[in-house]
Amino acid sequence: MNTNSNAYIFIYSSVLVIVVAAGLAFTALTLKPAQDLNIEIEKKQNILASFGIPSTPENAVELYSKYVKETYAINAAGEKLDLEPSKVFNTDLKKETVKPIDERVLPLYRAEVDGKTYVIIPLRGKGLWGPIWGYVSLESDLNTIHGAVFDHKGETPGLGAEINKDWFQEPFVGKKLFDASGKFTSIHVYKGGKGASAMAGDTDHGVDGISGGTITSKGLEAMLRDCLVAYEKYFVQNKQ
Amino acid sequence: MENLLDIFVKSVFIDNMIFAYFLGMCSYLAVSKTVNTSLGLGIAVVFVQVITVPVNWLMENYLLKAGALSWLGEEFADIDLSFLSFIMFIAIIAGMVQLVEMIVEKFAPALYNSLGIFLPLIAVNCAILGGSLFMQEREYATIAEATVYGFGSGFGWAIAIVALAAIREKVRYSHIPAPLKGLGSTFIITGLMAIAFMSFMGIKL
Amino acid sequence: MSKNMKLLTEPLNLNNPITVQVLGICSALAVTVKMEPAFVMALSVTIVTAFSNLIISMLRNTIPTRIRIIVQLVVVAALVIIVDQILKAYVYDVSKQLSVFVGLIITNCIIMGRLEAFALGNKPWPSFVDGIGNGAGYGLILIAVAFLRELTGSGTIWGFQVIPNSFYAAGYENNGLMILPPMALITIGIIIWIQRAKVSSLIEK
Repeated sequence: MNTNSNAYIFIYSSVLVIVVAAGLAFTALTLKPAQDLNIEIEKKQNILASFGIPSTPENAVELYSKYVKETYAINAAGEKLDLEPSKVFNTDLKKETVKPIDERVLPLYRAEVDGKTYVIIPLRGKGLWGPIWGYVSLESDLNTIHGAVFDHKGETPGLGAEINKDWFQEPFVGKKLFDASGKFTSIHVYKGGKGASAMAGDTDHGVDGISGGTITSKGLEAMLRDCLVAYEKYFVQNKQ
Repeated sequence: MENLLDIFVKSVFIDNMIFAYFLGMCSYLAVSKTVNTSLGLGIAVVFVQVITVPVNWLMENYLLKAGALSWLGEEFADIDLSFLSFIMFIAIIAGMVQLVEMIVEKFAPALYNSLGIFLPLIAVNCAILGGSLFMQEREYATIAEATVYGFGSGFGWAIAIVALAAIREKVRYSHIPAPLKGLGSTFIITGLMAIAFMSFMGIKL
Repeated sequence: MSKNMKLLTEPLNLNNPITVQVLGICSALAVTVKMEPAFVMALSVTIVTAFSNLIISMLRNTIPTRIRIIVQLVVVAALVIIVDQILKAYVYDVSKQLSVFVGLIITNCIIMGRLEAFALGNKPWPSFVDGIGNGAGYGLILIAVAFLRELTGSGTIWGFQVIPNSFYAAGYENNGLMILPPMALITIGIIIWIQRAKVSSLIEK
């Protein structure tokens, strides 16, 4: 048979494409539930970690349903939106953060641990190479940070990638979002080393950045400010 | 505009395909014996990057990504074809390389003769596919950003290969321990060049 | 059988894809900071090489030569997508660390190189064995580099701390440079040096 005739090549490539496409679609559909579950578990682990509950992939779902009492969304005016909790959980922050503040859907999680209430807010921003994201949990005064976790997709190992390490995240605990006069100030990330003197005068809002990871640190600071400012009205109205 | 310049400088110096990600190493090592041939290959890579990254950006944003098909109508908004992205990208690259080869052959025979043998090789150059995959991972917002990234990453690759070829032309006359000759020393030279490039990391725009 | 044994063992040393054939350096070195991703990467490449060799070898008499490369790319890309989907479903953590480098297996020169050089001209079983041998030879270097980099760069092996705390108390510091990309190149350069010092037939003139 002539394997170089046009008809043969055409039939050959059509059959190949159909077989490959069918095979791939089948694999993708079969594995989709397992992949989605992984993503959900990771998100739940992050949320748990933000208010200080360590978890493993195995027990994350159980712990999450034990501690997280409520999942809801608000708008920038601080009004509660009428949305299904599962929809709020799957809010695409990437799409929301580019919208004008007034149009954003702002997800919130309320968790209770040993009688104390924490409010968790998801964050998303840009680092040096790509997206960075995280969760901060606030105490019931909606001002003091109880805990924070951050993660990234492809920041420089040893430099910007350090944002997901404990040493970077721990100093956020106890910092305040509003200053003494009640003005929204967010958190300042100071340049590692050199910024130390400036940071000393800013104990309520300043944390140490990463030396050599300046762009990531700045991106993280912008992420905190830009995401949290949308919740400002809600914080003021609901603080205890 | 500032943003585009930022992407360009980052992709050439800091995020260099060779020194930071080792992409396109095979042809980088095989072709870097003389400056002239490596310049030819370098130009070909820039050329193909500038075409394939934006085309793949269009593919990603209007065909593959979750919700990308919503321009076809509401009922298509939930389709997520991103599992097909590898095969789509590589097909686009192979197709584009073929197309570029034919166009160059027809309209610029002189350029074709100097690039000729390298063009088909480029389809399997990791730097090209890498460019498209990084474009996908970093979620560039506009086609202009994607184009600039394509140009920058290709340009960075070209700089790296030409510089290495120049060094290798000189090194040929030096005394190197026999087992280190050729491949071994080339690896170490590339490593040292990469360390030098790391000093660009502090650049802030 | 002894011929098949040779196909399996030669790529481990005398005909190693990385240090001798100079193939497949591209996508891999960036994942050698830690042992675990390096191991998963090596395993993925071995699987893809073996099965693409097998499939192409079975199809070898039916493939039209004019579209040979694209048929190979389609088969390889399909296998890589399957591997990627499986990684995402079952070892999510590792797949996050490997990020775009799984996709880059497609353009890993080892795979295309072995398809062209071996699978197109040999029966399925030897091709399969050849794929496993080359994947393993590649994995060997990858894991060796990862071992050295993780040990000296992070003081751990496979995520477990091996440098005792008393060392750190006495002033020992992890070598941060080893984590950065350039040291992967230099480490390979040194591995090549050692190998060629032992096997003098490999020395380049």
